[in-house]
Amino acid sequence: MKEIKIVVKNLNLFYGEKQALKNITLDISAKRVTAFIGPSGCGKSTFLRVLNRMNDLIDNVKTEGEVYIDGVNIYDRSLDIVNLRKNVGMVFQKSNLFPKSIYENIVYGPKINGIRDKKLLDEIVERTLNQAAIWGEVKDRLNENALSLSGGQQQRLCIARALAVEPEIILMDEPASALDPISTAKIEELIHDLKKEYTIVIVTHNMQQAARVSDQTAFFYLGELIEFDRTTTIFTKPSIKQTEDYITGRFG
Amino acid sequence: MELKKRKKDFTGAISLGIVRIMFFFLVFVLILLLGKIFIEGIGVISLEFLIDSPKDNMTGGGIGPAIFGTIAVTLLMVLFTVPLGVFSAIYLNEYATDTFFTRIIRTSINNLAGVPSIVFGLFGLGFFILFIGKNLDEVLQTGLLFGQPALLWASATLAVLVLPIVIVSTLEALNSVPKSHRDASYGLGATKWQTIKNIVLPQARPGILTGTILAISRGAGETAPILFLGAAFFLPNLPIADICISGYCIPMINPTEQFMYLAYHIFIMATQSSNPTKTLPLQYGSTLVLIVLTFLLNITAIIFRYRFRKILGRL
Repeated sequence: MKEIKIVVKNLNLFYGEKQALKNITLDISAKRVTAFIGPSGCGKSTFLRVLNRMNDLIDNVKTEGEVYIDGVNIYDRSLDIVNLRKNVGMVFQKSNLFPKSIYENIVYGPKINGIRDKKLLDEIVERTLNQAAIWGEVKDRLNENALSLSGGQQQRLCIARALAVEPEIILMDEPASALDPISTAKIEELIHDLKKEYTIVIVTHNMQQAARVSDQTAFFYLGELIEFDRTTTIFTKPSIKQTEDYITGRFG
Repeated sequence: MELKKRKKDFTGAISLGIVRIMFFFLVFVLILLLGKIFIEGIGVISLEFLIDSPKDNMTGGGIGPAIFGTIAVTLLMVLFTVPLGVFSAIYLNEYATDTFFTRIIRTSINNLAGVPSIVFGLFGLGFFILFIGKNLDEVLQTGLLFGQPALLWASATLAVLVLPIVIVSTLEALNSVPKSHRDASYGLGATKWQTIKNIVLPQARPGILTGTILAISRGAGETAPILFLGAAFFLPNLPIADICISGYCIPMINPTEQFMYLAYHIFIMATQSSNPTKTLPLQYGSTLVLIVLTFLLNITAIIFRYRFRKILGRL
């Protein structure tokens, strides 16, 4: 039995009047990869953004219910959101590197957390770039503009940047959807390595990807969590017909 | 398949013709205007003309004090308007939610840009000189120091006049910073202010500079608002006072003095001179200087904007 990292209880989310997530309850295991799949607009990305409260940045979003990370309710009024986001890193669908150097992109997070020691920052850069398996490609050009890298490299750099603030959980919102197959394979390999140390939650449109990288899979449809089980179970003998229809491509 | 022959498109040809004529007419007028000013004005311009004071009842000498006054006023104007405009824009774009109140503010800013400049002059006279200045004098017991037309109030009024330019261009610059960059910053645990300071403002800086420079060239060319705010017909001395700290004296702009102003100087030479024909070459010279000054500022703005677009284009 694996340790549970995130517990979600009866979560409802509204965009104004429209309900986007309906009564979601699920547990996410520590140091495992959990995939969210489902057709566009099913709420899987919205749900991902519940976990580090990125939805707070959007006007008119109302969240009800409880989300516990290591036993702490992250929707508690007294919670420090900035601190939460340091512990729950995020990698976005499209690379969103800052128009700064590779080095500056990585140290941005540590710097705003008050780390000024140049030696320590250098160490962080080398460690995270190694973790993201991109050190060899960029070590001689750390002061070049990060936007001069290829799409796949940029996305791995985004992962390195997220790792630099030492989160325990990494949320990935379709991290490979804009990449070619080789870059995608590299990202998937990376996810596989990272789960030794991190709890990873990934949203993906690509069902083969979910099957390849994840240990557990949740299927969302129209704002509801339809089925949540071990990935092998979901893809071989799903217990609900809607799930089966979706993964066999009969709708969606 | 039956292929048809192309029909002659008469309306298209006619409208194209009209548009072309309009275009060349416009260019023609512009060239005529600038050409005339250049040809008549270039002969007058010399180092002495740019430095010297007017002589012989404005029929001779140079425009040094007017150039100095223009630079001094616009400099102070920038000091007033840029912080106010940039912080207003940051508030409106980053902090303010869409309420009835903020909508009124936004509308007011746009309307402010459409108010005739003479109205700003009257506002400056009424608000800055008669209200703030007079009361300052009373509170500080300074006699008649602030409650009269002066460089300070002209700058303040021009600052209000160009404020919409600064705010609108800053708003545009802030808006053009991609949301994904803000998300990335928040996702790394940055606070709102850290995100604005480290991510948003550096990317918006060229846009803010563009707005500032356009504001300067607009302010430098205004005449009407400063008519009653301290622009002088002729002044023997520059509005300068020595600021002395423990024996060392530095000449500084004295904001309580009156000043000469390039645009106003041209107006004076053309309408108030005892011998307008004799001042004519000087008018051309002064106009050329003013045009070149604002033209240079606009070019700078264009270069900044171009560099800004290039940076954005790479994203």
